[in-house]
Amino acid sequence: MSGDGPYWLREHRGTLLAFAGFVVMFTIYATNHPAGLDANVATTAANKGVLLAIVAMAQTLVVLTSGIDLSVGAVMVLANCLASGIVIGSPLMSALGVIGVLLVGALCGAINALIVIFGRLQPIVVTIASGAVYYGAALALRPVPGGDVDTALADALTGQLPGGVPASLVVLLAVVAIVWLPFRRSVIGRAAYAVGSSEIAAYMSGVPIRRAKFVAYTLSGLLASMAGLFVTFITYTGEASAANASTYTLYSIAAVVLGGVSLFGGSGSAVGAIFGAFMFRTIGDLLFVFNVEPLWQPLFQGIVLAAAVCLGAARLLRVRNRLDLYG
Amino acid sequence: MQGVSKRYGGVRALQRADLVIEAGRIHAVLGENGAGKSTLIKIMAGVVAPDEGRMLLDGEPVSFASPAAANAVGIACIFQELSLIPDLSVADNIAISNPPRRFGLIDRRAQRRIAEEALSRAGADNIHPLALVKDLPLSRRQMVEIAKALARKPRILILDEATSALTAADVTKIYAVLKRLRAEGLALVYISHRMHEITELADECTVFCNGRSVATYAAGTKTDNEVVELMIGREYNAVFPPHAARAASETAPLLEVRKLGWSDRLTDISLQLRAGEVVGLGGLDGQGQRELLLGLFGVLLGTTGEVLIDGKPVTISGPNVAKRKTIGMALIPEDRKTEGLMLPMSVRDNLSFAALATLSRWGVVDAAAERAAVERMVRLLAIRTDGIDLPAGSLSGGNQQKLVIGKWLMMAPRILLLNDPTRGIDVGTKQEMYKLLRELADADAAILFYSTDYDELIGCCDRVLVMYDGAIKRELIGDEITERALIGSALNIGAEARQATLRAGST
Repeated sequence: MSGDGPYWLREHRGTLLAFAGFVVMFTIYATNHPAGLDANVATTAANKGVLLAIVAMAQTLVVLTSGIDLSVGAVMVLANCLASGIVIGSPLMSALGVIGVLLVGALCGAINALIVIFGRLQPIVVTIASGAVYYGAALALRPVPGGDVDTALADALTGQLPGGVPASLVVLLAVVAIVWLPFRRSVIGRAAYAVGSSEIAAYMSGVPIRRAKFVAYTLSGLLASMAGLFVTFITYTGEASAANASTYTLYSIAAVVLGGVSLFGGSGSAVGAIFGAFMFRTIGDLLFVFNVEPLWQPLFQGIVLAAAVCLGAARLLRVRNRLDLYG
Repeated sequence: MQGVSKRYGGVRALQRADLVIEAGRIHAVLGENGAGKSTLIKIMAGVVAPDEGRMLLDGEPVSFASPAAANAVGIACIFQELSLIPDLSVADNIAISNPPRRFGLIDRRAQRRIAEEALSRAGADNIHPLALVKDLPLSRRQMVEIAKALARKPRILILDEATSALTAADVTKIYAVLKRLRAEGLALVYISHRMHEITELADECTVFCNGRSVATYAAGTKTDNEVVELMIGREYNAVFPPHAARAASETAPLLEVRKLGWSDRLTDISLQLRAGEVVGLGGLDGQGQRELLLGLFGVLLGTTGEVLIDGKPVTISGPNVAKRKTIGMALIPEDRKTEGLMLPMSVRDNLSFAALATLSRWGVVDAAAERAAVERMVRLLAIRTDGIDLPAGSLSGGNQQKLVIGKWLMMAPRILLLNDPTRGIDVGTKQEMYKLLRELADADAAILFYSTDYDELIGCCDRVLVMYDGAIKRELIGDEITERALIGSALNIGAEARQATLRAGST
């Protein structure tokens, strides 16, 4: 019997490709940066990257079950507005505030889950509707931008650690270690992959389908609210920004695709999505380094996304049986 | 099981059926499709609940709310439609219903041990536990499915057409595995349409007909003909319609293939197909028969060689070209659920797809003409449906297969390619299909017919081309088509022996 190596590569191909893509892009960026890569530049880049990475992780959980969550951006904005009101005061009050924000995020995800599971509706419709509701709630909380946040906490999480390491990267690692890894290794996580890959086969195998979906959507809401907290820590304020809600939702899907997660469900990893998010962010920074008009940024991001999708589909060029194209 | 019944809408799938299964025995369940076997199994496996009757396990009444509940008491089922998850690895799949855990998380090492043990119990230790299921061919997947069922350490193991996709070597292995399990004291329920499998394996047999359990007998006490009569509930005559022996190569060929090749799967295929002929494709499963049919139908990219229709070279670049009037070729695919039918769409939509061009004017479908044509076809093929607007998915397997054939008959094909069209369908429908093929041939269609069932090739075909390793190794004509000749040439025995002699001679 041959070794495990080839099988391991096969399973993690998407994630590895996303990692490689990010490393290439980031190297180009770092070596061409006019001021060189000092700690401040790195911290700003890391904060933006981590923010999208967390939203992309949220999206990944739902996409793995072959759903899609168009409310992640709205949950993030709602969490931002809520955090700008309750994450303040004594350390204890701030901590309670953080917990409150996370609970609201998880609740938003759980509501999505219940409607998808018991309403038997398509996730795309459910989350468009619920996303509008969550955004409406955010608007009611903060009709005009404002609020404040525990500055010490915010600076600790978005600043630098001794040695110039961006603190946000450590936060991201912690999120992966606390949320993603246990999920991936748990029976429920396995069930989520199974549901996304083939729901009928999962049912016939006695997999807990409903619980898997419930946990995936709920964790997705939880992660989206973490992103909302992070927005608050970066901006020190709460704003019910419609632009943010929709941009982050769409970017999260882009990051998921770049990260090698299959939109059909069942295959991919949140780690891949993180590198997908980093890659997507680096595109913007690259354009800055090469003095391209900021106006061109969406266009280039679109081109890179399209190119990545084409690369992912390159194996189809080798297909010699047309039926495989539709498999 | 005592007096178990189940209705689906107005259809009575099972009526007061009884079945007794004992430990250490293999119990075969026989019956046509739609006879209630699948429903019975679904009830035993906890997929559906019975409307009446009861199930006793060790004398205690039991009922299952879900497949997981049936699993919990030791009933494992291998379904005809595979229950594997394509994106997960073999080991993940084998352990899926109850993965080993450590500190609440899946213990991958323990899982791998379980998988390796189960694979070797199933006689499939050549499958790597980390391979993704979607990368495995169908026959390997079926072995994984069996390993998965064994990993649950079941007391009752139900196999529903479990060998339908297996290669001959795997079938032999599975027989050995099943016999060992019987010796270990498991109760096995075995469902198959292949009579010789049942004679070889079963201790007892129960025959189902129209939702009733009509007879239970010790294996070997009834002849094949008696069993078939019980199954179809009517007098059983010749299965195959008679056909006159044809003088070969009188007319010009309708379809001629010269040196067709495709990657390393097809080499130098040359054949001629005349109007009025039924030509069989034989050989072991997976020797390029499927590829040959797909290649002719224009589905494969990069084929080499020449295809001539009416003596003129043609390039068939896809099914849309193949179905044009000048070519008139139709392919009945192997997998009716994905390649043949749109299950959620209506019977009418499914039947008229291939012929929509002739049923529409200026791109608008003529509903009246469509309805008339569809109803004619439903009558012609005796498709059992409560209405042509019902979804195709509501029909039984045999009737679905008739739909696939009907769809292509709507365009009056001159060349009909069939890829194992009778797999998993009942005796009655098979018989109707044989008759239909002969009628089409008599109406001057040319038919190329791949089948894994040797009886079918012997009974139906004027000629049989036996394939081995992507090439046609032998042509059998008329009386030459015997089981012995088919099996011999399928295994390529003559050629291998000759090569061995040559090698021996050269040293």
